[in-house]
Amino acid sequence: MFCVLCTLIFLFLIGPILVIIPLSFNAEPYFTFSEKMLSLDPEGYSLRWYQEFFTSDEWMRSIKNSIIVAVCATVLATVLGTLAALGLSSRFMPFRNTIMAILISPMIVPLIISAAAMFFFFSKLGLTQTYLGVILAHTALGIPFVVITVTATLSGFDHSLTRAAHSLGASPSRTFFRIILPLVTPGVVSGALFAFITSFDEVVVVLFIAGPAQTTIPIQMWSGIREEISPTILAVATLLVMVSILLLTTLELIRRRNERLRGLTPS
Amino acid sequence: MSDSSAPATSGSAAHDPTGAPGAALTTADGVPLKQSLNRAIRRSRIKALLLVAPLLVFIGLAFVMPIFDMLSRSVDNPEVSTYLPRTSEVLVDWDGEGLPEEAAYAALAQDLAAGLKARNLGRVASRLNYEKSGMRSLFMKSARRAGRMEAPYKAALIKADEDWEDPDIWRLIKRESSPLTASYYLAAVDRQFSPTGEIVEKPEYLQIHVSLFIRTFWMSAAITGLCLLLAYPVAWLLATLPASRGNLLMILVLLPFWTSLLVRTTTWIAILQQQGVLNDMLVGVGILAEEARIQMIYNKTGTIIAMTHILLPFMILPLYSVMKTIPPSYMHAARSLGAGPITAFRRVYFPQTLPGIGAGSILVFILSIGYYITPALVGGQSGRFITNFIAYHMQTSLNWGLAAAIGSILLVVVILFYLVYNRLIGVDKVKLG
Repeated sequence: MFCVLCTLIFLFLIGPILVIIPLSFNAEPYFTFSEKMLSLDPEGYSLRWYQEFFTSDEWMRSIKNSIIVAVCATVLATVLGTLAALGLSSRFMPFRNTIMAILISPMIVPLIISAAAMFFFFSKLGLTQTYLGVILAHTALGIPFVVITVTATLSGFDHSLTRAAHSLGASPSRTFFRIILPLVTPGVVSGALFAFITSFDEVVVVLFIAGPAQTTIPIQMWSGIREEISPTILAVATLLVMVSILLLTTLELIRRRNERLRGLTPS
Repeated sequence: MSDSSAPATSGSAAHDPTGAPGAALTTADGVPLKQSLNRAIRRSRIKALLLVAPLLVFIGLAFVMPIFDMLSRSVDNPEVSTYLPRTSEVLVDWDGEGLPEEAAYAALAQDLAAGLKARNLGRVASRLNYEKSGMRSLFMKSARRAGRMEAPYKAALIKADEDWEDPDIWRLIKRESSPLTASYYLAAVDRQFSPTGEIVEKPEYLQIHVSLFIRTFWMSAAITGLCLLLAYPVAWLLATLPASRGNLLMILVLLPFWTSLLVRTTTWIAILQQQGVLNDMLVGVGILAEEARIQMIYNKTGTIIAMTHILLPFMILPLYSVMKTIPPSYMHAARSLGAGPITAFRRVYFPQTLPGIGAGSILVFILSIGYYITPALVGGQSGRFITNFIAYHMQTSLNWGLAAAIGSILLVVVILFYLVYNRLIGVDKVKLG
């Protein structure tokens, strides 16, 4: 009984995501399984929506935009966030809780409010409808994730390791590159991945502050769903599911590696 | 890492052979230990602050200032005093009884003519139109004639439109010529100023926001409840299974969590729409007749189903991390002491999961009341949230002050819940997958 219940809930979680994959190979312009698909007739399946996607200038431009914005925002958020996390995990950091609360706030405030606020403010500075504006906004939204993951990694950092390295004769730079960096990198990388996906998947802020030139994939999907609903969206969705599987795998590998490295530290 | 320099100084001091009792301890170079230590701590502090400073400045400029800008916009009221400068000045001395003097009419005629010429009259006309419909056309109509008007202006304006004989309109202009206004907040809760300046309810057909706030709250509560019901057994299963199988099932939770929000919303449209997968299935197996297909999307049901799916991982993860820390021996002990399975669960296991329930519920509720995309795409008319009205006032009605006021109210609610959340678990304990 309990197993059936749990299976159903897992089905509810994962089913919708799996349903979309076969649907994206539909030969007909519908959002549902055609009879040919159900009878596994090869004619019922086609790659036409993928072709449509890869040959569409609009979609290709939005991919380019998404990548430009996400990469820039991720780099900015990761650099600033990691530096701040280093400071925040110092024992002597004054006002730590207040500062932490401020840095985390973009994660707490509902996106629609951030979007409205940024729109008002950025339009005064002439930053709306520019790449810079979108990048800065997405950096702000990604920062909490970097700060949280990197401070979490640093809080588990065993400082006796650095002292051991020093006492064994390693120079400070050698200690940093051989001891500190390998242990902190997983946190930085997973923070960066969070920041990347936050930007890559973000709709609301772009909707408000981007112009037509900065259309990203989520915006293209958004207007696709609202206006002319075409199965091309399902093809894009399938590709995005692949991206998230890739990200999830990367994160899991990082976590395992991290656990292995941590396993060596006496704590 | 950055603080390893501080203890080093004290270390050398501890072995200082001259440290006679009573005499101040000094470091090797003769500086009193206390002073040297304080300096080291100060240096570490500054170093830490310098590391945080760039980010703090960035967030301040790119996020905190915009939020404060929005808050100030919700009470900011520059239009009347800026674009009707003469009128506002004359009206300062008016007591609000009867009609104002000729001077006010003369000032208004001048302002209208100047505003039309400078093409900024539209702003003040729209601003006043939020308060009283018809103001826009009254202003534009009068302004077109104001250039040719001659004294006495009172008679000329009233001839142009007899509304200028209405003291309420003059009271409105006087009230809105102050640089700060509460009218956006009043409008956000379906109230307005009466002509005499009291706060009254808007006419019933104009009342939309309060019912939307209420709908947002109860639907978010429903979504939170559903998430809790679905998440509890799953989290328990994940926490009690051996690690290898647990990790495998965890992927089923994390994959949706990592999947694009729009993908998940799209997929629910594909499943739930009338010609969609679920209806096809029900018709296919004969449960539904072809013409009795259920409308499961573009209404409240659609919003609740899609949002429960999207927010479910946010409930499972905190519950899981709490359940993981509960030793199974507690339940074994309860059972061996004679408690039935239900009593053991109710008295022993459940109370220990309360922190997880609290954390997950608040998290899901906060996320839910601020959601915009999913209700906008699958909510139709009846499943929309207050956030959709913020977007509406931002993009369609262009009443930005009202959008800012609704946003500020929502922000305060979210912050209140967040403070409770912070009390319960602390923000830096948030688990990210």
